[in-house]
Amino acid sequence: MAAQNGHPPGMRIILHVWRQRSASSPGKFVRYEAQANSHMSFLEMLDVVNEELIERGDDPIAFDHDCREGICGSCGFMINGEAHGPLSGTTVCQLHMRHFKDGEELYLEPWRARAFPVVKDLAVSRSALDRIIAAGGYISVPTGSAPAGNAIPVAKDKQERAMDAAACIGCGACVAACPNASAALFTSAKIAHLGLLPQGQPERQRRVISMVAQMNAEVFGNCTNIGECEAACPKLIRMENIAFMNRDFLRASWTTRGDSMRRVE
Amino acid sequence: MSTMAVDSRLARGLRFYETTLGKKAIMAVTGLILFGFLIAHMIGNLQVFAGPEALNHYAVKLREMPALLWFARLVLLISVVLHIVASVQLWGLQREARPVRYARKKNADSSYASRTMMWSGPIIAAFVVYHLAHFTWVILPGRYEHLKPYENVVYGFRQPLISLLYIIAIAMLCTHLYHGLWSMFQTLGVAHPRYTPALKRFAAVFSIALAAGFIAVPVAVLAGVVG
Amino acid sequence: MQLDSKVPSGPIETAWDRARFEMKLVNPANRRKYSVIVVGSGLAGGSAAASLGELGYNVRCFCFQDSPRRAHSIAAQGGINAAKNYQNDGDSIYRLFYDTVKGGDFRAREGNVYRLAQISLNIIDQCVAQGVPFAREYGGTLANRSFGGAQVSRTFYARGQTGQQLLLGAYQALERQVAAGTVTMYPRTEMLDLIVVDGRARGIVTRDMITGEIEGHVADAVVLGTGGYGNVFYLSTNAKGSNATAIWRAYKRGALFGNPCYTQIHPTCIPVSGEYQSKLTLMSESLRNDGRIWVPLNKGDKRPPSRIPENERDYYLERRYPSFGNLVPRDVASRNAKVVCDEGRGVGETGLGVYLDFADAIKRLGQRTIEERYGNLFDMYYQITGENPYEVPMRIYPAIHYTMGGLWVDYHLQSTIPGLFVIGEANFSDHGANRLGASALMQGLSDGYFVIPYTLGNYLASTKLDKVPDDHPAVRDATANVTGITTRLLNTKGRRSTGSFHRELGRIMWEYCGMARNAQGLQTAIGRIRELREEFWREVRVLGTHDEFNQALEHAGRVADFFELGELMCIDALHREESCGGHFREEYQTADGEALRNDAEFSYVAAWRYCGENAPPDLHREPLTFNYVKPTQRSYQ
Ligand SMILES: Cc1cc2nc3c(=O)[nH]c(=O)nc-3n(C[C@H](O)[C@H](O)[C@H](O)COP(=O)(O)OP(=O)(O)OC[C@H]3O[C@@H](n4cnc5c(N)ncnc54)[C@H](O)[C@@H]3O)c2cc1C
Ligand code: HEM
Ligand code: HEM
Ligand code: SF4
Ligand code: F3S
Ligand code: FES
Repeated sequence: MAAQNGHPPGMRIILHVWRQRSASSPGKFVRYEAQANSHMSFLEMLDVVNEELIERGDDPIAFDHDCREGICGSCGFMINGEAHGPLSGTTVCQLHMRHFKDGEELYLEPWRARAFPVVKDLAVSRSALDRIIAAGGYISVPTGSAPAGNAIPVAKDKQERAMDAAACIGCGACVAACPNASAALFTSAKIAHLGLLPQGQPERQRRVISMVAQMNAEVFGNCTNIGECEAACPKLIRMENIAFMNRDFLRASWTTRGDSMRRVE
Repeated sequence: MSTMAVDSRLARGLRFYETTLGKKAIMAVTGLILFGFLIAHMIGNLQVFAGPEALNHYAVKLREMPALLWFARLVLLISVVLHIVASVQLWGLQREARPVRYARKKNADSSYASRTMMWSGPIIAAFVVYHLAHFTWVILPGRYEHLKPYENVVYGFRQPLISLLYIIAIAMLCTHLYHGLWSMFQTLGVAHPRYTPALKRFAAVFSIALAAGFIAVPVAVLAGVVG
Repeated sequence: MQLDSKVPSGPIETAWDRARFEMKLVNPANRRKYSVIVVGSGLAGGSAAASLGELGYNVRCFCFQDSPRRAHSIAAQGGINAAKNYQNDGDSIYRLFYDTVKGGDFRAREGNVYRLAQISLNIIDQCVAQGVPFAREYGGTLANRSFGGAQVSRTFYARGQTGQQLLLGAYQALERQVAAGTVTMYPRTEMLDLIVVDGRARGIVTRDMITGEIEGHVADAVVLGTGGYGNVFYLSTNAKGSNATAIWRAYKRGALFGNPCYTQIHPTCIPVSGEYQSKLTLMSESLRNDGRIWVPLNKGDKRPPSRIPENERDYYLERRYPSFGNLVPRDVASRNAKVVCDEGRGVGETGLGVYLDFADAIKRLGQRTIEERYGNLFDMYYQITGENPYEVPMRIYPAIHYTMGGLWVDYHLQSTIPGLFVIGEANFSDHGANRLGASALMQGLSDGYFVIPYTLGNYLASTKLDKVPDDHPAVRDATANVTGITTRLLNTKGRRSTGSFHRELGRIMWEYCGMARNAQGLQTAIGRIRELREEFWREVRVLGTHDEFNQALEHAGRVADFFELGELMCIDALHREESCGGHFREEYQTADGEALRNDAEFSYVAAWRYCGENAPPDLHREPLTFNYVKPTQRSYQ
């Protein structure tokens, strides 16, 4: 494989990968040696390892990935205790081997949270995040009922801030990195995205009440403003959004009248 | 998906507390109250430098307005209880939320204080109990007497071990507030790229100042400046 | 078979209105009783499932990712077109229609394209209302940019993440319906066969990718929005999971496949760096506005770019196309890059790359301006290559980017199997032989939000559908077929990994059915693909079991279909003895190397019908007539 087609300088990486057949079965770390080179992406390095495993007749390592461009949010696991690895603002699919040293030893672990059951090896299920969105992370506008695009002007800075929050790719690294396994950053990013826009105002209070309730129902930890999530987030979503969510939640809790809240089973 | 009506005040209050954000808000408010008390308490303590009369008189003064004193005590008690109960419940949730721990976990750029609130907090709690027994109920062995805070303090802190214990407890309090005072704002929804750094500085300054003010007393006693 | 496009006769401007008026409606009270399957949660599938759910149909939506939000539409960067004419620069529905037909090199169906241009207006309104944070002017109105060489600014964008934001809008609308109970979402569930009863599509067979359970789902109609098949080339800008399995198995059940050979190649991608390369990354076309493309004048010149003097550089696009220079259309830019690399003048370790040089632009405009314009792209390039484009010229090379071909559909987006609708990139689409930038997002959303809700309703209202029991022979047959394929893959127990086969297939396709094609090469390719396919079924090694999360098994199934699709693409490319848009036959070019169309003989849609395992597919023609935009020869000299 890559080892043969030599150039550029190859490197040897020692991997300790969490292998777990299914959610129910027990897991353990297994040691592998990878022949990589500095041009490879981290996932390409794993591809090479898997090719060799297949040649040897061993079950290849399962990990989620799709776009490999840092935008779909499929990929993600812990590299030596860091979500998406050592490079800030980068998903693991955009992380390249040139950021590692020859002979380096790496521990790969799946996201660990009760709400993210392991599917296999490094792949987990993140449907809990979908349910949080389903609880209210939208603007109710049935197809066809929209006013003209320019009917409601949106201040440029508001739109920019909304876009900053909307950049969340739903990868779950914030939950994985948070010592409390809290989904505060993910949830607040959507609440801020929609809450900052004029289009999002009508449902603003109901949205925050429902999404927070769902976040709790999924048994994510609470946020104690530690800030590991912000550091791990590949899209640099700010903790400011968490404060935004807290503020909206407090306001909504005491001002809503007989309004109803959604729960998603 | 089931929709439930948000109805009576009580129900709403309970539902509010049910949520993690609700508990957090309670912690923030109670934390603030406790902090307020400590500021007052710390300033009160500094009167030891003004000599026996001042401090003892202060203690007596307080006793002369029982209504106020007991109201304050009640508020403090409720705050401490709520603060502790909420923190313990949330702590339980956090454990539940991550049943399997990481074999390796690096912490990128969070403060040590922020990750040890559940150590500093209980230590403070334990200290407070000891402290009450020490100076308020004066039930600890030794030449302590009621309503003589000055003598009690001097006598107590002359014993290096006790001073040390206080200093450690106060250091804990310092770290607790170092994160807590800022966290409080975040929890109550106060954040802005321009002001957040200032809030963090505020938390650092006040937590350290408070600790310094408290520690000044045992240090002064040991150094013989007081007594 | 007679292919009836069902495009209403009469004036094109009112065709869609008239068509909608003639469509039958389903009584709101009865919609709940109709079950609809939507495969795909991308812009097309997601918007369709959400809209159908809103109308009250009983919808089941499937995707292979762990969440509908990850559909490949998420990766679209540049933007989405709409004939809003907000910039007052002379745009109009008719101009968008005209540009699209011309850009498609006169191989698209006028009626569909006109409708697309009309609906483009509603799409922007809908997305804005959903909270899509499109770029804005200081006054708060929507901003636009000109894209892909268009003369008007009609492209709406959300930073470099337009596709992501549009998809999240559709995804949120979808999740809203999930919460409302009208849509049931099946993530990590792959469609592996189509259930056809009495000639009508009545359901699908899926594999639960976690438990491996193979299950039949019956319904009253099936909608496929499963995306493009660019991954038949192994290396493409598509996501790793993008595949042709859904449409291919539908093809084998009788749906005709339209224009399989029309593929789009994007000129500005980051070149391959080695054997292990797993996918190619697109760099926005906008880079060509300021970057100058060149290669060394002499072949085998391995000096670093900085040491190659001006007079030993060949700015070949500026040289060959003085008026358009570096801004020639995608296919022209791509082909010329291939030519210079074939001449041995390519740059980089692999020799498959050309320079995109910003030195002059930086001199002229200053680093700040360039940073503002392309900062994020430069960062991305640096992140991937480790080279700093502010100092050394970027290296770029063309890559497969989009497939205009797909299942044949009529004006109602219905395939040749009644009850099977195909939307988005999965159908043979409105783009003819070449797609304009920022038009695919538009098409996906148009199909899903604004076409399917009417045409599907019309089908249901006007068709008598009796209940299909879960154990109907057709269901059992399809399920057995799927189980058969899975077991066969697992039991082959050969010596080669699926990946190695996929890479080899990709090389064959790229070599002979890529940017430039010729009869002899295509014949060679067909032969080599057949051999490789046989070897695959003899030698492939798929480990693990069927009843677990088994990514190798998923991949193997998809590659098995790519072999057959690749062959069909070559057959189609071979039969189309002309050059048009993305399909360039070396035998058919103008004196100055331009695509040479043959309207007399090839002004038709080539729709292929499956005729069995090793029998050649048979060709059906849908003639194309142009009543509004008169075919002309493109020229960018
Ligand atoms: C890098 C890149 C940039 C682009 N930029 C632009 C741009 O700027 N402007 C523009 O207009 N277009 C752009 N395009 C093209 C455009 O993004 C796509 O054509 C369009 O998004 C396709 O949408 P879709 O809904 O048809 O398919 P997709 O978004 O690919 O969705 C396919 C869906 O089908 C599901 N699926 C597939 N197979 C199966 C199966 N067998 N079983 C179950 N589910 C299945 C998948 O899970 C997914 O949900 C770009 C494309 C690429 C690759
Ligand atoms: C003098 C006593 C105390 C003071 C002044 C105090 C103050 C505070 C403040 C201001 C916060 C921030 C609240 C927020 O961010 O919402 C806080 C948080 C916290 N406190 Fe206390 N506290 C005290 C005692 C305790 C005790 C006794 C415990 C535990 C038994 C405790 C446990 C916690 C925990 C776990 C947090 C973290 C919650 C968070 O950071 O958001 N505290 N405290
Ligand atoms: C050097 C530091 C301190 C000194 C010298 C000190 C001294 C005292 C004294 C003398 C009293 C008794 C007053 C009286 O009964 O008349 C008292 C009461 C008290 N102290 Fe402190 N204290 C110190 C630090 C602290 C700290 C760090 C805390 C909390 C974290 C604290 C909490 C209390 C409380 C709750 C009471 C009881 C108040 C009441 O009577 O209701 N003290 N302190
Ligand atoms: S907030 Fe950041 S880390 Fe969390 S899911 Fe979104 S992108 Fe991932
Ligand atoms: S790390 Fe966790 S505690 Fe809050 S700030 Fe981030 S979610
Ligand atoms: S694979 Fe899509 S973000 Fe990494």
